Amino acid sequence: MSPLEEVFSRCRDEGRAALVAYLPAGYPDLATSVAAVRVLAEAGADIVEVGVPYTDPLMDGPVVERAATAALKNGFRLSQLFDVVRAVAEAGAVPVVMAYWNPVLRYGPDRFAADLAAAGGAGLITPDLIPDEAGAWRAAADEHGLAPIFLVAPSSTDERLRTTVEACRGFVYVAATMGVTGVRSSVGASARTLVERTRSLTDLPLCVGLGLSTGDQAAEVAAFADGAIVGSALVRAVGEDPTLGRLRELTQELAEGVRR
Amino acid sequence: MSAPGRFGAFGGRYVPEALVAALEELEGAWTDAVADPKFVAELDQLQRDYTGRPSPLTEVRRFAEHAGGARVFLKREDLNHTGSHKINNVLGQALLTVRMGKRRVIAETGAGQHGVATATAAALMGLDCTVYMGEVDTRRQALNVARMRLLGAEVVPVATGSATLKDAINEAMRDWVTNVEGTHYLLGTVTGPHPFPSMVRDFHSVIGREAREQVLERVGRLPDAVCACVGGGSNAIGIFSAFLDDPAVRLHGYEAGGEGIAPGRHASRFSGGVPGVLHGAATYVLQDEDGQTMETHSVSAGLDYPSVGPEHAFLHDSGRVTYEPVTDDEAMDAFALLCRTEGIIPAIESAHALAGTLRLGQAMARDANEEPPVLLVNLSGRGDKDVDTAARWFGLVDGQDLVEAEQLKADEPVAEAEGSGW
Repeated sequence: MSPLEEVFSRCRDEGRAALVAYLPAGYPDLATSVAAVRVLAEAGADIVEVGVPYTDPLMDGPVVERAATAALKNGFRLSQLFDVVRAVAEAGAVPVVMAYWNPVLRYGPDRFAADLAAAGGAGLITPDLIPDEAGAWRAAADEHGLAPIFLVAPSSTDERLRTTVEACRGFVYVAATMGVTGVRSSVGASARTLVERTRSLTDLPLCVGLGLSTGDQAAEVAAFADGAIVGSALVRAVGEDPTLGRLRELTQELAEGVRR
Repeated sequence: MSAPGRFGAFGGRYVPEALVAALEELEGAWTDAVADPKFVAELDQLQRDYTGRPSPLTEVRRFAEHAGGARVFLKREDLNHTGSHKINNVLGQALLTVRMGKRRVIAETGAGQHGVATATAAALMGLDCTVYMGEVDTRRQALNVARMRLLGAEVVPVATGSATLKDAINEAMRDWVTNVEGTHYLLGTVTGPHPFPSMVRDFHSVIGREAREQVLERVGRLPDAVCACVGGGSNAIGIFSAFLDDPAVRLHGYEAGGEGIAPGRHASRFSGGVPGVLHGAATYVLQDEDGQTMETHSVSAGLDYPSVGPEHAFLHDSGRVTYEPVTDDEAMDAFALLCRTEGIIPAIESAHALAGTLRLGQAMARDANEEPPVLLVNLSGRGDKDVDTAARWFGLVDGQDLVEAEQLKADEPVAEAEGSGW
């Protein structure tokens, strides 16, 4: 069983959804980001999504965008990503990476896959790479035993849902609403509808993201999905309290939410 | 390779899944529209009665004295309504927006030319319009911000990243992914995800079709070379498209060489860039070794962009088009020369093409034959928007005078500011 299969199987056995927690590598600096992903793992995140700071993050709202800018300004280099991935694995959570395509392309898809696998990474989420354009990446991921994880959106046609889930391994990233990352007051019916549409096409775990920030929202999503993805709220917690106390509290609240 | 939306290895659709449905809808609407005689007739009529097409072809004899004896002809896109070639594409896409039943357009703009053209078309067709503009550019181009607002558009200053054109595109993409159901992203150049590079090229191909006919009529043969400036590359592809199959016609694209070859001080994608992906397209990108987009510089806001349309990347690699940088200094010298020899104030973007033409004409003259070479230049825009930049560049006004003039205007109630009458 792959690490992602194991984690979803364990969650199923415990009768709960998985908590997928996002933080960008290198924010606000490398050392703090390594400590922060350890806190996520200790406080109950099952999967940690390590973001690659990028100059042009067009799927991200202001919180993640500013964090990426700060990380780059503080000297983040792509090779440091793998230190953060390694820290996640050592702390006992399953690491996946979220990266816009150009940094991976520049690094070399095959070399990136090799280094990510060597660091203990389980997969890669690609917000601006659709399966249609991902031939090289899917081959590299396959070669190195990594899961390519693509997004489905409320606007996806049934035909695109089908081809996208066929290309996914590990889990499917279900974008709950039309829009960019950021905290929303409600995740609403569109997430549930999209999960139902996707469920009819695949047995892969379905994780819902975009907009979740509270234990209650995590619980709401856990009722109909296999995982709840939280990003901006955690990034904000790091920004507000670099001692990471606020991050630990919020992660515990979210971990409690997916167990309700 | 002949995959749809690909130019060799370049192009494609590197976008969030959420936008794919909208891109497919747009591609369908565009394909239907260009086969619909009603749409074609409506666009032709707007181009004639609203834009003022066909734009003239002007031979510039006094300017050409500095081009090694070549004959130089300008394709006068500067005389279009709104002052540049941008209106060609904007009218086409605005008609498509109406055809798709959408009520709102969004756009990015650097110097403001595309934003003004989009605000103009939105006013004409009764569409809501939001224009994203880097905060740095809104300050550099305050008058264009006012023009867009006069036309009824909302102008949103973008403070993220480097607060320039590339960040305005990011912000427009974020708006689009959120509001895609009722909103069309009226992208202003030949990059972005398919179908934008092909669609925007086709809306600008009228430039090349007209110019080809006009040159044939005027000199009885095709030009020896066609010159254009290349930012995203829409005016260049518009004029080149009519000559791609004429191997005897040399095609030259001129990029912003800025202050020279130092990283971050220019926007010469084909000198300092490598293949990558930006804003939805695989193309040449100015990037560091981690794939982070690099800062760019040019005296011309319209060429100050770290990437370039994917078809240009293909034409570069195939060798069909030659791309060279032109520095700020060379462009401004050519700007001044056209002003003083011909009474035409060009956009600083277009001045890059003029500088390249001077260089090319001088190089061609060395293998002098009896008949002078014929050079066709796309004069993509007029320089009204650049008067302030040029005045500072050439020291025609001093900084303190400008500050005082602004202060006087700010202090004086508008109704009392009568001026001299001329």
